Amino acid sequence: MNLIFNHENCSGCGICKLACSIINFKQVTSARALLRIEGLFPAPGHYQIHFCDQCGACADVCPVDAITLEDGIYRINEEDCTACHECVEACPQSVMIIKDEDDMPAKCILCGECAIVCPREAIILSTEENLKEIS
Amino acid sequence: MDGYAGKILRIDLTGEKISKEKLQQKLCKEFIGGRGFVAKTLYDELPPDTDPFGEKNLFIIATGPLSGHFLPASGKTHFGSKSPATGGYADSNMGGHFGPALKYAGYDMAVIIGKAKVPSYLYIKDDTVEIRPAKAYWGKGSLACEEMMKKDLGEGFQILTIGPAGEKLVKFACISHDFGRQAGRTGIGAVLGSKNIKAIAVKGTGSIPVWDIEKAYAKGRQAFKKVSEKPGFKGWTPEGTAGITDWVNEVGAFPTKNFQTSHIDHSHMINGKKVLERLKITDKGCYCCPTPCGKYGHTKTAAGSAYMEGPEFETIALFGGSCMLKTIEEVAYANFLCDELGIDTISGASVAAFTIECFEKGIISPEEIGKKIEFGDLESIIYLLNLMSLRQNDLGDLLSQGVKIASEKIKNGSEKFAIHVKGLEWTGYECRNAPSMMLAYMTADIGAHHNRAWVLGHDVVGAATNVHDLITAGAGGDKRPKAIVSGRDSARFVIDSQHTRPAFDLLGCCRLQMMELGFEVENYAELYSVITGKEITWDDLIKISEKVWNLTRMISAREIKDFGRRLDYPPPRFYEEPTPSGPNKGHCISLEKLDELLDAYYSARGWDKNGIPTKETLVRVGLKDMIKL
Repeated sequence: MNLIFNHENCSGCGICKLACSIINFKQVTSARALLRIEGLFPAPGHYQIHFCDQCGACADVCPVDAITLEDGIYRINEEDCTACHECVEACPQSVMIIKDEDDMPAKCILCGECAIVCPREAIILSTEENLKEIS
Repeated sequence: MDGYAGKILRIDLTGEKISKEKLQQKLCKEFIGGRGFVAKTLYDELPPDTDPFGEKNLFIIATGPLSGHFLPASGKTHFGSKSPATGGYADSNMGGHFGPALKYAGYDMAVIIGKAKVPSYLYIKDDTVEIRPAKAYWGKGSLACEEMMKKDLGEGFQILTIGPAGEKLVKFACISHDFGRQAGRTGIGAVLGSKNIKAIAVKGTGSIPVWDIEKAYAKGRQAFKKVSEKPGFKGWTPEGTAGITDWVNEVGAFPTKNFQTSHIDHSHMINGKKVLERLKITDKGCYCCPTPCGKYGHTKTAAGSAYMEGPEFETIALFGGSCMLKTIEEVAYANFLCDELGIDTISGASVAAFTIECFEKGIISPEEIGKKIEFGDLESIIYLLNLMSLRQNDLGDLLSQGVKIASEKIKNGSEKFAIHVKGLEWTGYECRNAPSMMLAYMTADIGAHHNRAWVLGHDVVGAATNVHDLITAGAGGDKRPKAIVSGRDSARFVIDSQHTRPAFDLLGCCRLQMMELGFEVENYAELYSVITGKEITWDDLIKISEKVWNLTRMISAREIKDFGRRLDYPPPRFYEEPTPSGPNKGHCISLEKLDELLDAYYSARGWDKNGIPTKETLVRVGLKDMIKL
């Protein structure tokens, strides 16, 4: 599974961000979201979604190898993590966060909730079926 | 307290004192939030006879229990004050993202009094609240100021600003947010200007407690799904409010040439389709809104080009109809200019149209204005918007007071076509042949505003229906308004609507999914219950909404000298001049009919003949402990 982003469909409503925070952290806030929406206003006047594309930059900089690739998803092993936050700094999309309660970093694990709740197909799940449709 | 952030922020600008207090459960239970908090706070804390621009006037920002939660369109923010435009109760609300951010920062409401020593802005980041100098921003346009502050503070801040008109205390100055959302009405932007506050920036990183987050999330998911299954989801959303332009024109309710008549020939040049064809770059959604009305775009005219959000229906009606601008690009440019100057498009366009009519009738000379002006001429409109917003000469100074005060000074019959109620300019529906909608304007608690009771559909088809179904069914033929609705029916329609629509303003979410798409009101009571853990029915909410309606009336009765029935009439144009052209040619509502409407309305509300709630009514609605009887 992967996510496909249609930036031109995004209206900046932020449903995806709130759903991400609730599903992953049980917190009603946008601040915990593991994706960002940038409003490019007043010009050129549209939205840009910044998201984790599982590039692995976080794993590359981790000094203790606490971030590992499993089935195409980079996951943080909190038992090994030293909370140095180098991964958060290194994220090229700035979509990793630091959790207030335990100082641990967090990143997108492709749960897909953002795509499920998006009312505008700005984010869609790339199942085999819709990949065929797109191609 | 589940559903709420839990704190009230209090800022005394004069004393530079900032404090935070716990939100009381009693307030939440009795007044829910948003508009309820505004009305309760104003009644309790505003000293009687306060000057709207005085230090003692309150500037209130209030969210509701549903603001910021996972449900359709939970982004509403309410503002309250004593109105510079009417001298009475004022509230104005906007969509966008500010309210949720305020709650994530920990505050359900902010109450601001006093006046900052120097031009300032308020910085709120969670627990950190500061009054900061705003020298670099003062004098800037609303949009330009927001762009500067976004760069200075960073992406995560939600910002509201005022423009030069707010700084100069123009009585219809607005608050702007998110490059195109406005709390436009009642001059609330000028109250902020009078306090020397140019902007408020907020960033919240906290979470709102919820009674049962699993259930609340499931209920929210279900609500989004239900909204997406409504026929209007795909039919209404593309054009948003601009989509009703042709329908309103076809039923003969389109304000034309300062409401001289009610139908234009060029609606096809300024309708929702033209917004999409000529302007739109992107849909622009408020917080958690699945059906964004906002259309952000770019306009190019002979006078200039600009990026702007809108125009929405009201702006189209007032600039395209009342001012007779010919194309959607011209309407959009006027929209942009209002946004940047920081004035309400509705009142700004109304003042412009009033001035042009005064000029055409020879009541104001070209020398007083500074040039010749005419309907349908973008240059004239641009000139007038700058004149009134920047108070550029004696006339501009007068026009900055709104059409009521301007007409009282200008005289010579101009009072008859100063289109307002209680000092607030009339919005986008001409009502000589729509008695229920006329009554809605006459009795709206902030003045001539449509959003407390939108009952034009009742006048057209005789029953309640959502707007999508209404415009899809079309206009014309036997569906055209014939003014056959009885006063008692009109009163019932209006009162029902005046309780239903403002109930959303208590909750802190948008009503459009209900009004436009027919998303059932019971869903909101269920969402409230699962988020707050307090069982409530929609009928319970309506009872509280009725209480708040009576309270706002009592605030205006306290603040405005000789308040009462005399202020509930529309301008003489509507009962003295039959509609001269269009589908409703010859129609004119009589003064007798207006009295019948008011009598029926006061009687149904339990108000006396002068329109003041009786003691029995105040007891019945639950205000006996609050108001001295």
